[in-house]
Amino acid sequence: MEHYGSQYLDLLSLDEHVPLVVWRSIIKGEEIMEVEDHLLYTKDHEWVNVEENVATIGITDYAQSSLGDITYIELPPADDEVEQFGNFASIESVKAASDIFSPMSGRVIEVNENLEADPALINKSCYHKGWIAKIEICDMDEASNLMTADEYRSFLESVG
Amino acid sequence: MDLIFEKSVEGKRGFLNPKSDVDVRAEMPSSYKRQKECHLPEVSELDVVRHFTNLSKRNFSVDSNFYPLGSCTMKYNPKFTEDLARLCGFTHLHPLLPQLKQGEKLVQGALGVLYEMDRWLCEITGMDSFTMQPLAGAHGELTGVMMMAAYHKSKGNKKKYIVVPDSSHGTNPATAAIAGYEIVCVPSDKNGVMDLSRLQEKITDEMAGFMLTCPNTHGIFNSNIDKITEMVHAVDGIMYYDGANLNAIMGRFRPGDVGFDVMHVNLHKTFATPHGGGGPGAGPVGVKEKLIPYLPISRVVRKEDGTYSLNYDYPDSIGYIASFYGNFGVILRAYAYLLLLGKEGLKEASNHAVLNANYIKERLKKHFALPYDHICMHEVVLSAATQAKSGVHAIDIAKFLIDKGIHPPTVYFPLTVQEAIMIEPTETESKQTLDHFIQAMVEADELSVTEPSAFKDLPKTMPISRPDETKAARDIDTNYFAEKPC
Amino acid sequence: MASYIGNTQKDVQDMLKVIGVKSIDDLFQDIKPRHASQSFDLPAGKSEFEVVECFRRLASQNAAHLIPFIGGGYYDHYIPAAVDAIISRAEFYTAYTPYQPECSQGTLQALYEFQSSICTLTGMEVANASLYDGGTALYEAAMMALRLTNRKKVLLDGGVSPIYRKILKSYTGNLHYEFQETSVAHGQSHRQEMEELLDENTAAVILQNPNFFGAIDDHSDIIKKAHELGVLAIESVYPIALGLIKTPGEMGADIVTGEGQSLGLPLNFGGPYLGFMATRKEFIRKMPGRIVGQTVDQEGRRCFVNTLQAREQHIRREKATSNICTNMSLCALQAVIYMSLLGKEGFKELAQLNLDKAEFARRMMERIKGVEVIRSSQTFNEFTVRLSKDASGVVEAMIGKGFAAGFPLGRYYKGMDNYMIVAVTEKRTKEEILRYVESLDEVLNKSNHCSSNRKEHVAS
Repeated sequence: MEHYGSQYLDLLSLDEHVPLVVWRSIIKGEEIMEVEDHLLYTKDHEWVNVEENVATIGITDYAQSSLGDITYIELPPADDEVEQFGNFASIESVKAASDIFSPMSGRVIEVNENLEADPALINKSCYHKGWIAKIEICDMDEASNLMTADEYRSFLESVG
Repeated sequence: MDLIFEKSVEGKRGFLNPKSDVDVRAEMPSSYKRQKECHLPEVSELDVVRHFTNLSKRNFSVDSNFYPLGSCTMKYNPKFTEDLARLCGFTHLHPLLPQLKQGEKLVQGALGVLYEMDRWLCEITGMDSFTMQPLAGAHGELTGVMMMAAYHKSKGNKKKYIVVPDSSHGTNPATAAIAGYEIVCVPSDKNGVMDLSRLQEKITDEMAGFMLTCPNTHGIFNSNIDKITEMVHAVDGIMYYDGANLNAIMGRFRPGDVGFDVMHVNLHKTFATPHGGGGPGAGPVGVKEKLIPYLPISRVVRKEDGTYSLNYDYPDSIGYIASFYGNFGVILRAYAYLLLLGKEGLKEASNHAVLNANYIKERLKKHFALPYDHICMHEVVLSAATQAKSGVHAIDIAKFLIDKGIHPPTVYFPLTVQEAIMIEPTETESKQTLDHFIQAMVEADELSVTEPSAFKDLPKTMPISRPDETKAARDIDTNYFAEKPC
Repeated sequence: MASYIGNTQKDVQDMLKVIGVKSIDDLFQDIKPRHASQSFDLPAGKSEFEVVECFRRLASQNAAHLIPFIGGGYYDHYIPAAVDAIISRAEFYTAYTPYQPECSQGTLQALYEFQSSICTLTGMEVANASLYDGGTALYEAAMMALRLTNRKKVLLDGGVSPIYRKILKSYTGNLHYEFQETSVAHGQSHRQEMEELLDENTAAVILQNPNFFGAIDDHSDIIKKAHELGVLAIESVYPIALGLIKTPGEMGADIVTGEGQSLGLPLNFGGPYLGFMATRKEFIRKMPGRIVGQTVDQEGRRCFVNTLQAREQHIRREKATSNICTNMSLCALQAVIYMSLLGKEGFKELAQLNLDKAEFARRMMERIKGVEVIRSSQTFNEFTVRLSKDASGVVEAMIGKGFAAGFPLGRYYKGMDNYMIVAVTEKRTKEEILRYVESLDEVLNKSNHCSSNRKEHVAS
């Protein structure tokens, strides 16, 4: 799969540009995407694990599989204030680049520095070793704007 | 193959500068002097010639291989144009000469070429005036959109976005951003043609313009084109024609006749200038009367006495978009090509480009899915969707073709077709070459049934097999000297 | 077969039969009569011989015989024959962008070598595979700095080529950025003005070395100040000078661009030329343009690919600000061949030769009445002179004597009508320079060009 995009993207860089969503529909194929039950999800395919007032954030199996081999991640600076659904990091694979949006508002308290040396951790373990950042949540009610695992599964089927 | 730097041997020289004939040896003050060594190689002229000659053998090219790369018009590049572009009356010409007092007299031949090229392109496309300055197709597109923005600004129009069909070459969002616009997409219908009712939804007073290529990227000619221009002009939108596919329609259809207001032409596609391994190209932009005030400066004008001059005095112009007058060496080649072909030759070129594409389509549609079974223009889009079911994707077929000595068509474009294989044979290829290509494609299809796993390690006959692109992006190595201080 | 058609009449008939139509015209049935070309009134085709004659005539109408003392960023350097011999190989010039790396290793490796050569020449860590020309490359650098810093203001040294400054202005007219220009002090960057204008809203300061007046500068101090405020330094350079002068890397510059025409490309009336760009490794993902990277194939063999294609300017729509960035492969190839031929020692020698010839010309010109050579700052192979008369008239008169004598500054700088810049490359012989000086003397001082009219020569 890693060979698909580059040639095509290269052509893009000449004349034309197409949003990442189009890409996803092309390359997703018929693989089964893992969704973990205890997490909350966004439409942009981020997950969040809320424990007390700390939210751990990452991207879903669907997102990592769509991107393919991840080559680089730009992590947010510590203490960065982020808004719900605001852009707070970005990620690159051989074939695409994508923004990552924060599922909740808050202040960045920790980032997964292991990703700088080994961004492939996101491919290998997107829900565990490949977590991206932790934020201190400022408004717990925002969780109601997110999808449960079941809702996200139906959402995936609808976009699939 | 070793890098040129790895062939370096201390003390070798590839070129000797003349000995100084002046008895002055000036000293660069140490505060301005370079301290660190520059590590250019130390090699002989033969080392250099052999190195790059051997590198050249690691390329496919039009002169050595059939190169049906869709949307790129890889036609044969005539040799005499290479000679002509090397005449010292052109190559030795300093670009600042016409900016000297009475300097235009020094470059009449060059200005004449620019002027005549403008006239030719206007007659071919139905536009009223061209600028030769844009240095490539994308640059031409940017220039066109900048003029669009200047037009709306001067008319006080409040415009926010540009509409493009999803099947088109589209536009670079950055191009739109420079003009202060966003991009909105319109989907195609099941025949691969833009959906008129969906287009109507997008047309509001805030639409700055509509960008279309016709024939479209599926190789289909949109016969509703006049209705579309009417709809767009109703909101004072600008119709932009992407000239990428001009090779299909010369002598048959002129964008300027059906209401297009601005377009770019790729000289390196339609007018046979060599692609150079990815540049230099040239992307002249033509406009109808209403956009003439906004063309870039300088402009070549013909005076009453028949001489040419450069005029900079156009207050509404978008200004300078390149340093000088365009990629002059490329324009020269294209002009020579036009003179040679003339009216009939250009029409014949389009005829055979379209004939060749349709022949391939008919012969291959039994073997590959054909998303739109309709007469195509100069290129045809097939799909490897059937082959993909057994695990053989468009990219695998591309690699198979490489082993057959054929440069692969464009794959995975247009996006609207799964497993797209976009083939543009061009008019300079003969039926015999097309038959060879068709044969190879049929073999690929057969192999996808009998032994799909055979594709995974292809190509096998090249100096390298498939490269590890993930490694390239993770362990970035773009400079031989990166580790050493340089 | 004037249009290089490959098919015979029989082929055409056979193909039409396969397609199932009667004539080629039937293939164009979607073009309804109401859409058909309203005119196609072009001349008939010509034979190759006739076109060649026509072009010889056109070429002869250009004054390419003038001996050039004109530069302005575009220079008449000698191009070794091997450069043209290699780029005339059709395997290079009739290929396209290396989309398929397995059958494009020639182009890809050459571009990697080009990038490496630009890096060692400029003292920078990474370079791209080329941009259109020096002017558009500088624009791309400004946009890159605006993206990197998220700031809105750019400081522009008045010594930057006026052509480049006009390009920057055209492209940024619709964007909400502010460009502030500083003046030139004694030919060099105006330190005090820059210091006053540099602030924490400034994205970048754009400098040029040597600048349009030919003056060499060490911008280390400005760059240091800029960095203290988080401002990036962009340096536009003349590559031949880098054989001798302090590199942008040594000065601490963040982004380097330049016009690569001098690296083995003919003047060609303005193009094709070659833009190059280099930067720090940490900024590689924000650098526009194609980048070739080294990797390995399935068998572990060294190979080259277009890499980092997913960089943000290509994909992330709303943030995209760069876009005029396809490359100039064949021109980059010309440049890497040129640099390889010149080599480590040859390149240094070439720079020294340019410096020496220009210094000789300056000394000779100083002897003429009516010429004041501006010596307020160090120069390389181009320098500013003030004439006793309007420079554009003097240059016009010099054309009659066979010289493109220089570029009058009045066109781009108010109040500098009597000034011109004069370029002297390694190609100018002692004899040409002496003849030039003699002709200039005649033009300035009418027919009295005997020694009594010459100033006392003050050798420096």
